[in-house]
Amino acid sequence: MKLELRGISKAFGSFYANKDIDLVVDNAQIHCLLGENGAGKSTLMNVLYGLYQPTEGQILIDDKPVQFSGPGDAMAAGIGMVHQHFMLIPVFTVAENIALGAEATKAGGVLDLQITRKKIREISDRYGFDVDPDAIVEDLPVGVQQRVEIIKALVREAKVLILDEPTAVLTPQETDELLDIMRQLKANGTSIVFISHKLREVRAVSDVITVVRRGLVIDSVPPETSTTDLANLMVGRAVQLNLNKEAATPGAASLMVRDVSVVNAAGTTTLDHVSFEIHQGEILAVAGVQGNGQTELTEAILGTQPVTAGSIKLDGQELVGKSVKAVLRAGVGFVPEDRSVHGLVTQFSIEENLILDLYDRKPFGKGISMNLDAMKKNATKQIADFDVRTDNPLNPASSLSGGNQQKVVMARELSRDLKLFIASQPTRGVDVGSIEFLHRRIVAERDKGTPVMIVSTELDEVMELADRIAVLYKGKINGIVPGNTSREVLGLMMAGVSQEDAISQADFVKADAEPLEAQPVVSQAPPSPHKPKHSTTAEGDAQ
Amino acid sequence: MSEQTIGQPPAGEKPVAPPEAKNSNNELFRKITQGPGLVSVLGVFVALVIGGLLVAVTDKKVIETSSYVFARPSDFFSQLWRAGTESYVALFNGSIYNSAQGFSPFLETLTVSTPLICAGLGVALAFRAGMFNIGAQGQIIIGATMAGYVGFAWHLPLVLHLLLVVLFGLLGGALWGGLVGLLKARTGAHEVILTIMFNYVALYLLDFLMNTTAFRRPGETNPISPILDANATFPAMTGSRLHLGFVMAILLTVLVAWMLKRSTLGFEFRAVGHNPEAARTAGVNVARTTILAMAFAGALAGAAGVAQVAGTEKVLTVGVAGSLGFDAITVALLGRSTPWGTFFAGLLFGAFRAGAVNMQISTGTPIDIVLVVQSLIVLFIAAPPLVKSIFGMNPKKRVRKTETIKAGAK
Repeated sequence: MKLELRGISKAFGSFYANKDIDLVVDNAQIHCLLGENGAGKSTLMNVLYGLYQPTEGQILIDDKPVQFSGPGDAMAAGIGMVHQHFMLIPVFTVAENIALGAEATKAGGVLDLQITRKKIREISDRYGFDVDPDAIVEDLPVGVQQRVEIIKALVREAKVLILDEPTAVLTPQETDELLDIMRQLKANGTSIVFISHKLREVRAVSDVITVVRRGLVIDSVPPETSTTDLANLMVGRAVQLNLNKEAATPGAASLMVRDVSVVNAAGTTTLDHVSFEIHQGEILAVAGVQGNGQTELTEAILGTQPVTAGSIKLDGQELVGKSVKAVLRAGVGFVPEDRSVHGLVTQFSIEENLILDLYDRKPFGKGISMNLDAMKKNATKQIADFDVRTDNPLNPASSLSGGNQQKVVMARELSRDLKLFIASQPTRGVDVGSIEFLHRRIVAERDKGTPVMIVSTELDEVMELADRIAVLYKGKINGIVPGNTSREVLGLMMAGVSQEDAISQADFVKADAEPLEAQPVVSQAPPSPHKPKHSTTAEGDAQ
Repeated sequence: MSEQTIGQPPAGEKPVAPPEAKNSNNELFRKITQGPGLVSVLGVFVALVIGGLLVAVTDKKVIETSSYVFARPSDFFSQLWRAGTESYVALFNGSIYNSAQGFSPFLETLTVSTPLICAGLGVALAFRAGMFNIGAQGQIIIGATMAGYVGFAWHLPLVLHLLLVVLFGLLGGALWGGLVGLLKARTGAHEVILTIMFNYVALYLLDFLMNTTAFRRPGETNPISPILDANATFPAMTGSRLHLGFVMAILLTVLVAWMLKRSTLGFEFRAVGHNPEAARTAGVNVARTTILAMAFAGALAGAAGVAQVAGTEKVLTVGVAGSLGFDAITVALLGRSTPWGTFFAGLLFGAFRAGAVNMQISTGTPIDIVLVVQSLIVLFIAAPPLVKSIFGMNPKKRVRKTETIKAGAK
């Protein structure tokens, strides 16, 4: 099936999210839509899927114009979509989820799941999905849930599959499996629209890459285009992809985390005897698939998450049991993973957000009264320093783009003298240009001698920033490795494979198949994980 | 269409993202309690027009003329206009100015407004801290009870006595509000349920107290307290009921405005009100802030009780709070939860109350029409899209009507 978008524009008021978009997806083609967050990719796909009506333009299927008034029409026309956030009911079985909305019934309206089960097995066997129709969805790993979504589309005979940022929630291994699945689907004649901003994946799997920027199609390029060129197209200016940071010069161990455990309200152990330390002037990145205890770890240090057992010491001062305010006062800078929930009061002005956790400290707060002049001065300075794009510091933070919001949080946390800097997902949902900027700021803080802890589920980011990497898996530290550890080893460790096994397996895979991108692989066995202090020196030696 | 923005909006302009249903509850709460002021003004206007129409269509002469409306439409319409407007003229005469009494009706308006403003501030402050304080009624009662008791049972020198009356009134309200905050912070109970229940507790507590010898006026069988000491009451302006309590209301408005805008406490209130999660992450003690916000809200409502017992009434009765606590919610809503907005909304409602009597006497329009107008105002404010759509303020309908053509390709 050939899908064509002709001159599609989508306006919200006077603001055009898409303008004159032309896009042709040929039969059995993997067509990538590459663009930054907010470039208009998702709006375009929502138009295609019937969720939005285009302001102008036409959608053509096999050269016949069609109009969708809702996802039902789009599905009937053979378009399936796998959303970034899955549309599955967790307590239903796979078969029930797939039948939902198009249930086959026996006489008298009795639900007939047999037909659905059969179809699921068929598709699962054909593509090697290995999905049990009777498994409860919430028990399945994220990667499998995603396959359920794909099956859902295929059962409805989708000829064009839209995958919206499908790799955001996957481990590197799961990502590779997904890319394989995409290739198989293509071989069977399914066209795929692949939305992503991750250059590595895009280049690995696409037939054509269409770059979208600020609502416009910038160019369509072949997948052989270099990552640098792609990044430049995406951002619209030359981007320095590599940080080229200097080697760390770690000082004394500053943050000591010892046997910290967290049991949440539901009684689940989310952190299990976690121990590590961070030295002055080094960046420790905590890698892991989302939901393996990273949130709990940062919150335990901040004090918003009660610690069940263990001790967290910053320069010899115990932090466990302290109030959040006391922890912040002790010199901890904290960038939470979800800026709009924990990092900002979006209805507050930028000026107010820039002092959100400094409001009662000099010069902003004096006793009970606040110094509005100091606030204003601070805002002017921080906005200039961090290049926050706004025309008025009194605008609400919600008026800013994601990248600029993140800059506000980052500016606030870095604006005081820190003894420890913690940033969770420092660049999630941030455009490429700002990522570069924020990364440089983080490294600059490290170079001032501050111990830095970065929590990220983006392997690229971890590898970019880390001097050492701690891999979290199911609430435990599954090894602390040097910053130059290969992507393959890290990916396996994130999936729970022990450090030694990961290294040997990665070598095996490497010898067997060509890696997606050349990565330096540590030949020397990294030091044992329970002597993290040693590993820093080892890492220094390795370089 | 000459200047179109393409792609990312320029800095400062609100980016139009696909609508998200995040925090929709919270969002709704804020829209209702803290939307733009224009909605309030228009809401009042529409409510007045509808109220006027209601008066007009029930007017005897209008009904008479309607029987020959086609023969002589001018009769009908002039009667309609007369009936609709004369009530409001009477309302104006009774609340602001009339040729016979000059501006003395306005003084009465200020008097009636005083407790409305104070209690309205209490509700507004709680709104800003993210809480729906239905409990102004109970807080007024407890404030008035404590202030009243100090006023008639103790006998102290000038100034000191009044100060203590005010102080105990504020304390009483703060106690009643603070308790709600404490329960909410410690147990997670919802403040709406708590405050409603606390209203009943306060009412029946006062009912009980009024039947004890400590509170009932000697020799009186009705539940009415002794008259407050002269030293314990607000000095009044000669020739009117207006008393110094109104100055207190102005001062409290200034105080709340300062607190919200320029104090660390107000910053905490607003931060917790908008996003308790972010506030907690920024080191704000959310439980403490909740308790303090409710205590302050209660104190402001308590001030309304003081204004009643030590200013207007000068005695304590079971009905001391009237329906003030509930009108205060309307006042705060109409004032969009801003201190000065609440102040002027309080004045407006005070004018309604003060002028309603005159309206009933001089035009025969039932006093209840004022309640209808008040209720309509709330209705229009609680449904901002309604007012906006009446005045065409809604953004153009985005979804074009498109013909549904089932895609035939497959």
